[in-house]
Amino acid sequence: MNILVCVKRVPETGARIVLTEDGQRIDTRYLGFTVSPHEECAVEEAVRQIEKHGGQSTVLTLGPPEAVEQLRAAMSIGIDSAILLETDGEEWPPMPTAEAIVEAIRQQAEAGNTFDLLLFGNESADAGGYQVGVRVAQALDLPCVTGIKALEIRDGVAVVRREAGGFWEVFEVPLPAVLTIKEGINVPRYPSLPGRLRAKKKPVLEIKVGTRAGGLQKIRLRTPEEEASQVQILGEGPEAAPKVVDLLEELGLIPS
Amino acid sequence: MILALIEHDRGEVNPASLELLTFGRKLAGSMGTSLHALVIAGPKSLAEEAAAYGAEVVHMAAHEQLEDYAPEAWARTLTQLMDAEKPEVVMAAGTDRGNEVLAHTAAMKDLPLATNCTEVRVGEAFEVTRVRWGGSLLEDARLLGEPRLLTLAPFSTAAERLPDPPEPTLRSFAPTLSERDLRVRMKERLPIRTEGVSLTDAPVVVSGGRGVGSAEGFAVLEELAGLLGGAVGASRVATNNGWRPHADQVGQTGSKVAPELYIACGISGAIQHWVGCKNSKHILVINTDPEAPIVAKADYAVIGDLHEVLPAVCAEIRRRRGT
Repeated sequence: MNILVCVKRVPETGARIVLTEDGQRIDTRYLGFTVSPHEECAVEEAVRQIEKHGGQSTVLTLGPPEAVEQLRAAMSIGIDSAILLETDGEEWPPMPTAEAIVEAIRQQAEAGNTFDLLLFGNESADAGGYQVGVRVAQALDLPCVTGIKALEIRDGVAVVRREAGGFWEVFEVPLPAVLTIKEGINVPRYPSLPGRLRAKKKPVLEIKVGTRAGGLQKIRLRTPEEEASQVQILGEGPEAAPKVVDLLEELGLIPS
Repeated sequence: MILALIEHDRGEVNPASLELLTFGRKLAGSMGTSLHALVIAGPKSLAEEAAAYGAEVVHMAAHEQLEDYAPEAWARTLTQLMDAEKPEVVMAAGTDRGNEVLAHTAAMKDLPLATNCTEVRVGEAFEVTRVRWGGSLLEDARLLGEPRLLTLAPFSTAAERLPDPPEPTLRSFAPTLSERDLRVRMKERLPIRTEGVSLTDAPVVVSGGRGVGSAEGFAVLEELAGLLGGAVGASRVATNNGWRPHADQVGQTGSKVAPELYIACGISGAIQHWVGCKNSKHILVINTDPEAPIVAKADYAVIGDLHEVLPAVCAEIRRRRGT
C-alpha cells in the first residue's frame, strides 16, 4: 500500500480573526499555524492504514517554505516522507493548486512511485473550496468519494462510509482512488518525542512552483457584520434557574 | 439563463435547494434572464416544488441506471444539459452533495468554481461574496468562466414560496452515461441512530465544552435535553477528549445547527464553534467566565458553574410541571 495525503498550512485562529489593513490576508503576527482537523484525521488515517496493511506514506503540501513545519508534524506521527510544492507565499486558488498537485503525482509516477490511495481533507479550514481533491481525481481519472468518516481496505477495494441526513451511505471503490476525509473518522494521536526526533531526519522533496492565476480571483477579505446582540444576563449561579425556565416557557420549549 | 440543480434524497427536496431557487429567481431578475431547474432522477412533485419557488422551466433528467445519488453521473448529466442549454450561471446548494457535484462539474469542464457564496453582483465583472472559515470571514472575489459555477451558502437566503405558483414547464432530458460516470454509486445505506431527536432537527440543543470536564459530566446536559425533547451537542474540545462521539460535534468541522434555542454550557466560543451555532434563533450561555468570547455574542447568559446551574434548571422544570 502506498498512500499520499495532502494538507494545507493555515493560521491557528482563536476567538476572533484579525485581517491585515489591505484585507488581503489574516494578520498572523501573533498566531501559530496548523492544518484543518479534517486533514489531521487524513494523516492519522494514512498512518493507521499503513500500520495495518504495510507499505509507505507521503505527505504533500503546496505552500510557503515554512509549511515544512506541517510536513514534519505529519511525519512525527508516522508518515514516511514529504513533498513541499514551494510557493512564494501568495495564496493559490483551487484550480492551479489541483494542477500543481497532479503534476507532482505524475512526476512521482514517472520516478516509479505510484500511489494506491490519495487522501485529502474534505475542505480546507481557511478557503473552504471543497474541490481540490475532486479536481485531482478527475485529472487522474480516479474514482473519488468525499466526506469519508469510515474506511476499510479489503482486497484492493476501499469500503467507505459517509454521513448523510441520519444515514450512513456506503460506497465501494477499487484502488487507486481519491478520498476526502472528514473529522470523526478517527481520533488523531499526539506525536511522541522519539517521533518528533525521527521526523527531523525524514526526507522532504522540495519543488519550487511559480505563481499561477485561477478563475476565482480574490479581491479582498472582510469580517462579516455580526448582528449586534445585547446579551441579557439572567443571573448568577443556580439562583438564575427560575429565570432560565421563564425563558424556556416564553419560547414555548417546555413540552407539556 | 440560470440553471439551478435541485438536490433531493430519494424524492425529498433538500430545503437548501429552495433557498437556492429563491436566490436564483432574484439573480435572474437582476440579470434580465430566466431561471431553470434541473431535477435528476426525481418525481414530478419536485418540479412543482421548484416552480413554487421560482423555476420557470424544469428539466427532468432520467436514465435507467440512475436511481439513487451518484456524484459523477449527476455531474455528467449537468454538463450535458449545460452543453445543450448554454446557461450563463450554474448553481447548486452549498451542501455536501451540492459542493461535490459542482466540483466534479467544474473539473470535467475545466472551469473555476466559487463555493458557499452569499451574494452575487453582476456588473462589468461577475463578483461574488463567499464564506471562508466556515463563515467567520467573507471573501469578495471575481469569478470567471462560461458559465459561472457557484454554490450558495446554506442559511444565507430565506426561501420564499411564490404566493400563486404557476404550473411548471417540464422538459425531459436523457443524459448519456458511461460506466465510468457510474463507477461511484451508493452500495447501501444504513440508519445511524434510531432513538432520540437528531442534532440538526432538535428544537433545543444543549451543548457542552471544556467546562463540562468529563464524559460523566454530560449526564446533566442529557437530563436537560431529555426534559426539553432536545439533543446534546459538544464542542471540539469535548469530542477530542473522547467525552462525546464526533457525531455530536457542533462547529466548522462538525454539524451546523439552527435550533430555536442553543444552550452553550462551559464553551468559550472559538470561531470554529461559533460558526456551527450562530444560526440558532436564540443562544443562552452558561459559563463561569463573564469575559468568555461567546457571552458577548449570546442573547442570554447565566454566569455560573454549569454543574450547579443545570441541576437547578432541571429541578425547576420538574417543580413547575408538578412531577
